[in-house]
Amino acid sequence: MSDPAFELIVGLEVHVQLQTQSKLFCGCSTKFGSEPNTQTCPLCTGMPGTLPVLNREALMLSIKTGIALNCEIARFSKWDRKNYFYPDLPKGYQISQFDLPICGPGYLEISDPKGEFKTKKIRLIRAHLEEDAGKSVHDEVSGSADTKIDLNRTGTPLLEIVSEPDIRSPQEAKAYLTELKLLLGYLNVSDCNMQEGSLRVDANVNLHIESNGEKIATPIVEVKNLNSFRAVERALQYESERQFSNWKSDGFTIDDRPKQTVGWNDSEQKTIPQREKEESADYRYFPDPDLVPVVIDGTTIDTIKDTMAELPSAIRNRLESEYQILPYDSDVMVNQGREFVEYFEAVAKESSEGKVASNWMQQNVLQIMKDREMGIEAFPIASHRLANLIKKLTAGELDNSRAKDVFQVLLEKDLDPAVVMKELGIEAVDDSALESICEELLAMNPQVVEDFQAGKKQAIGSLIGQAKKKNPNANPGKVRELLIAIIEKKL
Amino acid sequence: MLNQLSAFELIEGIGDKKFSSVEVAEAFVEQVEKRDADVNAFLRFDPSYVLDQAKAFDQKHSSNTAFGSLSGIPVAVKDVICVKGQVTSCASKMLEHFVSPYDATLIEKIKRADGILLGTTNMDEFAMGSSNENSAFSRTKNPWDTDRVPGGSSGGAAACVAAGMAPLSLGSDTGGSVRQPAAFCGVTGLKPTYGRISRYGLVAFASSLDQIGILAGDARDVALLLNESTGHDPKDSTSSPTDPADYMATLHGDVSGLKIGIPKEYLGEGLDPEIAESVRQARQTLEEMGVEFTEISLPMTSYGVATYYLVASCEASGNLARYDGAHYGFRTEKNVDAAENRLLEMYRQTRSEGFGAEVKRRIMLGTYALSSGYYDAYYLKALKTRRLIQDELNAAFKQVDLILGPTTPTPAFKLGEKKKDPLSMYLGDIYTVVANLAGIPAISFPSGFTQSGLPIGLQLQGPSFSEELILRTTCSFQKNTDWHTKKPAMVTGAAK
Ligand SMILES: [Zn+2]
Repeated sequence: MSDPAFELIVGLEVHVQLQTQSKLFCGCSTKFGSEPNTQTCPLCTGMPGTLPVLNREALMLSIKTGIALNCEIARFSKWDRKNYFYPDLPKGYQISQFDLPICGPGYLEISDPKGEFKTKKIRLIRAHLEEDAGKSVHDEVSGSADTKIDLNRTGTPLLEIVSEPDIRSPQEAKAYLTELKLLLGYLNVSDCNMQEGSLRVDANVNLHIESNGEKIATPIVEVKNLNSFRAVERALQYESERQFSNWKSDGFTIDDRPKQTVGWNDSEQKTIPQREKEESADYRYFPDPDLVPVVIDGTTIDTIKDTMAELPSAIRNRLESEYQILPYDSDVMVNQGREFVEYFEAVAKESSEGKVASNWMQQNVLQIMKDREMGIEAFPIASHRLANLIKKLTAGELDNSRAKDVFQVLLEKDLDPAVVMKELGIEAVDDSALESICEELLAMNPQVVEDFQAGKKQAIGSLIGQAKKKNPNANPGKVRELLIAIIEKKL
Repeated sequence: MLNQLSAFELIEGIGDKKFSSVEVAEAFVEQVEKRDADVNAFLRFDPSYVLDQAKAFDQKHSSNTAFGSLSGIPVAVKDVICVKGQVTSCASKMLEHFVSPYDATLIEKIKRADGILLGTTNMDEFAMGSSNENSAFSRTKNPWDTDRVPGGSSGGAAACVAAGMAPLSLGSDTGGSVRQPAAFCGVTGLKPTYGRISRYGLVAFASSLDQIGILAGDARDVALLLNESTGHDPKDSTSSPTDPADYMATLHGDVSGLKIGIPKEYLGEGLDPEIAESVRQARQTLEEMGVEFTEISLPMTSYGVATYYLVASCEASGNLARYDGAHYGFRTEKNVDAAENRLLEMYRQTRSEGFGAEVKRRIMLGTYALSSGYYDAYYLKALKTRRLIQDELNAAFKQVDLILGPTTPTPAFKLGEKKKDPLSMYLGDIYTVVANLAGIPAISFPSGFTQSGLPIGLQLQGPSFSEELILRTTCSFQKNTDWHTKKPAMVTGAAK
């Protein structure tokens, strides 16, 4: 009997640290990687008598994100205390938002230029603002099993973005996260560095199985400890298979078991059940009386909308129409981030050659960035220099391979391409000089002529190489044209 | 005797160089040294700390440098307000050795106004209690009768003023903690409007109810310290942006034509007849000054205590979660290595040993009321009732300018009398909790004595930000009566 069909059902909870100068409720810096407990004050260490004061910047970044994610922005929201005991939470409660989050329902559209899945909207339930906890550092080296606490991260603003269970495959999950990260980067909301914990993902996963004409939902599993997008993909693939085989052996459905928490073990490539924290914790949420509710007026929302950077999806469409490039190309470039797109547009505008500029960006520029592990902001060639090179290329003043030679020099020297061309001795060869080279070569290689006439068109390829040896500036395309013209004339 | 003068008179005297700040400080230090062994108003009192500040002020004064309006006179600080570099323990074992790394906003203001910090006064642990018997460290006695309680939780704050050990005193009032001890000790105590004085540095009990208050010998002294205490504080999101008034400037205005309501519910069952009589007498006094009285009704009053104990305990259960032994303060010395969950056991032991019975009772009550399944029935219902109480008061203030009534149903009770009966202790807060639930200002002022010689206090409540009117009315009353000038034998030196 063949296995019944099943569908993977995934909802993602993404925690994003907002790029504010200071923490959510105090003036301490949010910088990553400082000496432990150097970015703390009486408030974020939970001293008696201290009071939180909202950082408006965090609120503005949240609203901006909400608008970009097509969310309803709450005109009235408030702060709640989530009560639990843990050493990295010095107040004994986390200030969060329970029933009135800043961002209400919205969606994020994902698509796959390779066409593995159809463009779709992943609906969002909400996005709320809260403070991050500190870090526990378990000192296992000394053998004392002591735990040390670093409160530098305590109070860093976090936006928790919760999706509906609209994701149907590991690929979609990755596309969702990639697009979300890209969008947050374009908005300057977060650096989304997973290694530094500024973007953290938890996944809620189960299966819908078609069995005997019935749709069965398997128990929900929350997967934690997902440290990279790749880990998300693999963990979802793993869970999908594991849950299906579990169902086949035990038949448990969503009604039989409560939500279970597992952790992804990257080295073993599997999920491992986590000890349930305080058996279904009751966080006893209640409104934080130290903070006043947040009232957001329409003007604030409009101002943020007006000053908001262009979003990736809009840029993709614009690049396609403005520079006549393919969706695949605009996608590759937009995915490189805002600065990369800005550089491309500068080159494309200055050279008036969008298509060629797009090719150069994706091949030569990206290659150098990859080799040198640098961002576009550190790329050594100024955009107008690259534009000039492209102009000369399309004007036929040099060919592609010579243009690459110039490009290599430009990487090292801040010079105009024209100067570099002169240095390399690149100049246009006039047609009569080229013709005489071709005549000479054909005379010396009767076999090639014979072969060509016999239908072996590729035979003249060897002559093109020889022409270039005689004059490095010889344009291969032109040489080919001339060679063919001369042979045909002789016929 | 300088310690029998009012703060106002002391400031005048220092200004006129009739005496120095050091002489004033010495007078209060002497009284503390002589009498505090009986009263236990102070938890920490260091004469050299006081005198050093006074010396520094005198130097400033003699060199003709400009100085603040508190002019080198002492202010006692309740042990719940943070002073940088000083122990702020909230009369709890949990914070017995906790040294605050910062100054409360109000302490900064007092320092800037050249006030002198006198010492920290005893209180009920974490301000939870009405008798000072919940202090982890000592029992404060009522200066009028040392067999009796001074009230609470600002018991030490009231007792030190009554005993001539401080001219001005800072308390905190979450459900009557300034007004009730003021009434028991025969001094004047104001709980300002919620948000009037910054709460930054006031260790939280119930954040939506807590307000720093002022205790002193009379309304004028309260006004002069209030003038230095108000103003919006960017460190306290709930502090009021409303511009504070100059309470000294308006203190002596006329009160004729003022409308005061007396709620009939305030004179009902459970009220000591001598206090009821005092209300009638005060009414007569004020009527003679041109005040009009009307009977009003506040039927929601009877829900005040229940509502208060739910809201306050719920907030306290969160506010006191931070005292867990992990970061600062007390940690159990018991070895927890054998426990299955060492961390949990450390928390459990620390909090079991560090908190007193009343604090634990309220944390448990609050935790229970916020738990899933009970939230709606208790906490949410309390919030709704609180709203109804506020609405009822707002409606009353459309009818009358102020509300007069007793501060407490009984005068000071005996030490130990109610210790075993928390409920009857809670019910003693019936007249005071309403002002905290509604966030309105209220004052308690002396209005007479029982036949046994215990002070009686009456309460005036007004709409939000009506401190100016409350103080003016109290001041007018005090100009026509002398109850507030009476001092216990331990101050006057008269035989008992
Ligand atoms: Zn801080």
